[in-house]
Amino acid sequence: MRISKRFWILGALSASVIALTGCNKKQAESQNEILIGEYGSLTGATATYGQSTHNGIAMAVEEINAAGGVLGRKIKVITEDDAGKPEEAQTVVTKLINKDRVSSILGEFASSNSLAAAPVCQQSHIPMVSHGSTNPKVTQVGDYIFRTCFIDPFQGQVMAKFAWNTLKVKRVAILRDIKSDYSMGLANFFKQGFESMGGQIIADESYGQGDKDFNAQLTSIQSKNPEAVFVPGYYTEVGLIARQARKLGIKGPLLGGDGWDSEKLCEIGGEALNGCFFSTHYSVDDTSSAIQNFVAAFKKRNNGSLPDAIAALGYDGAKVLVDAIRRAGSDNPDSIRIALTRTKDFPGVTGAITLNENRDAVKPAVVLEVKDGKYAYKETVTP
Amino acid sequence: MSLKRWLYIPVILIVLGLLQWACSALLLDGPIRQGPYYYQILILAGINIILAVSLNLTNGVAGQFSIGHAGFFAVGAYVAACISVYGGPGIHSLLGFMPGDAQGAALLVLAMIGGVLAAALAGLVVGIPSLRLRGDYLAIVTLGFGEIIRVLILNIEAVGGARGFIGIPKLSNFFWVFGGVVAAILIIRNLTRSGYGRALLSIREDEIAAQAMGIPVTRYKVMAFVISAAFAGMAGALFGHFTMYLHTNSFTFVKSFEIIIMIALGGLGSLSGAVLGAIVITVLPELFREFSEYRMVIYSLALILIMIFRPQGLLGNASLLGRKRGGK
Repeated sequence: MRISKRFWILGALSASVIALTGCNKKQAESQNEILIGEYGSLTGATATYGQSTHNGIAMAVEEINAAGGVLGRKIKVITEDDAGKPEEAQTVVTKLINKDRVSSILGEFASSNSLAAAPVCQQSHIPMVSHGSTNPKVTQVGDYIFRTCFIDPFQGQVMAKFAWNTLKVKRVAILRDIKSDYSMGLANFFKQGFESMGGQIIADESYGQGDKDFNAQLTSIQSKNPEAVFVPGYYTEVGLIARQARKLGIKGPLLGGDGWDSEKLCEIGGEALNGCFFSTHYSVDDTSSAIQNFVAAFKKRNNGSLPDAIAALGYDGAKVLVDAIRRAGSDNPDSIRIALTRTKDFPGVTGAITLNENRDAVKPAVVLEVKDGKYAYKETVTP
Repeated sequence: MSLKRWLYIPVILIVLGLLQWACSALLLDGPIRQGPYYYQILILAGINIILAVSLNLTNGVAGQFSIGHAGFFAVGAYVAACISVYGGPGIHSLLGFMPGDAQGAALLVLAMIGGVLAAALAGLVVGIPSLRLRGDYLAIVTLGFGEIIRVLILNIEAVGGARGFIGIPKLSNFFWVFGGVVAAILIIRNLTRSGYGRALLSIREDEIAAQAMGIPVTRYKVMAFVISAAFAGMAGALFGHFTMYLHTNSFTFVKSFEIIIMIALGGLGSLSGAVLGAIVITVLPELFREFSEYRMVIYSLALILIMIFRPQGLLGNASLLGRKRGGK
């Protein structure tokens, strides 16, 4: 008898769960809204990416709806969690397209999840706008896949321009991470850009992710006496490289990309990083009014927390997509796709966004300077 | 096996073929609006069933606690994907006389064989030294193995490294995945009901007693482990050719634990329990999508409740696919 009683409790619980599920479904039905799907890692190991993105997108949509929506209709974003797993990203995008019948898709930040889901969007002819996948392969999936952030090679060119025009250095060494696709891309395009402007790459050394000792490479670099060293790696190694470089007497600034953008960087590198520069998507310290207004509004909405780069990118991605819907004049996916290809000089918080023929964003990057454990806005470099 | 029993095979194939046709007619191009979404869940459930049923052989039947099943899953997935991506053009030109679909099927079969063999080999390499040990040691070794495989893949440029493996052709469908499910269930069911399976059960119940009865304990354990790894490799091959993209994020130790949860939920040692557990674990998080941010909380709560009310698993020691097994 006891066992059957337990079954009754279990049955009642599952019945109530199913009943709740049913209720929610009915509320979601609405005719006169434009539906946009969003997928991201709201849970799992990379949950901060998904949550930052969601805050950015939600804020963009609230602003648009408060201003009367678009084409006389409100925007409704349906958000699904992929737990940071590629196969789940594919499942939820299939759900958003076939069950919820969304007009377009926003996401993902991580390139791996975008790459898993993009073929589904391409096959179903639903435009997908990724706000943060910098891997060049993502938009190569097909003509329905767009991105509103710059790609890896662009950052290499940005730092080349910055080194030549702002720092006015002529002799630069490169120390690259050969195990990372990202670092190799940045280093190659830095070299190409810097040499075409007339600069000289006097040394090109490499290391592997996870290395701890860089003395051999740094000694060789120091013997050539460079004015600056380009280190397009991730923050863990960069911090150690900075310490060891200063110990060996390398005086010039170190330069890098958005792989540096972490609070951990200064914890590892400490004072050795003072006067070094790196490129990234956006800076909260940028003095332009568009950014300061965005930062203030975001702080007000999210109990005083500052918008990170991912939130700003998500915000811009949503705004670019809605702008395309407005220009398309309907929520027909094919019309949205055509309108997206014609995105030109859209004023986003992360810079003016133009989508090129590869459906990648052409937009400026910001260069930050490391000063006593803080990042100070230095300048904006346009493509 | 008598001739009459062999007749089951064409019957199963015809049924699977009909179901495949029904799937593409109803779910993919058909009248059901959410069709492709249901199809996606159906396929992922099928792959999870193969994983759960195969892990059940090691963990449930033989009583060896392995927590590196995702590692074998990954080996199968990546090796099979390599075969169809790098060997694909060659095989297609070799089979030029066949129609396109048949070429795809032949390629998938080759890729699956490669994935199965590679995973089985990995199982052998891991199994031989570690299965001599008892208890927790195997758990530690298999956990380590899973992580080694993941880090290794991250550093192999030919399979995309940290970027992920793209460009895998979409070759698996309902027919192949559920063909794999039927094969896994039938083979493992027959194994566990044979003298070999009874020997494994005796090892689970008391290793020393089993040894005293003349059972070559290590050899039997290694065999169970290799068979289980081979089926995980098959699941991997089907998975990669369904998602068309592989990334190491799908093969973390969290995935290994997910498979363990499936068999614990269904009832450790019960074949039909493993099938049921795999279905529940795949479908439950999707059912709870309506709760958005509370989804994972409710999902975990449901698991806790099930384990409180049914500590022996949903099906306990009972089996729907055969007579009730002896043992405890």
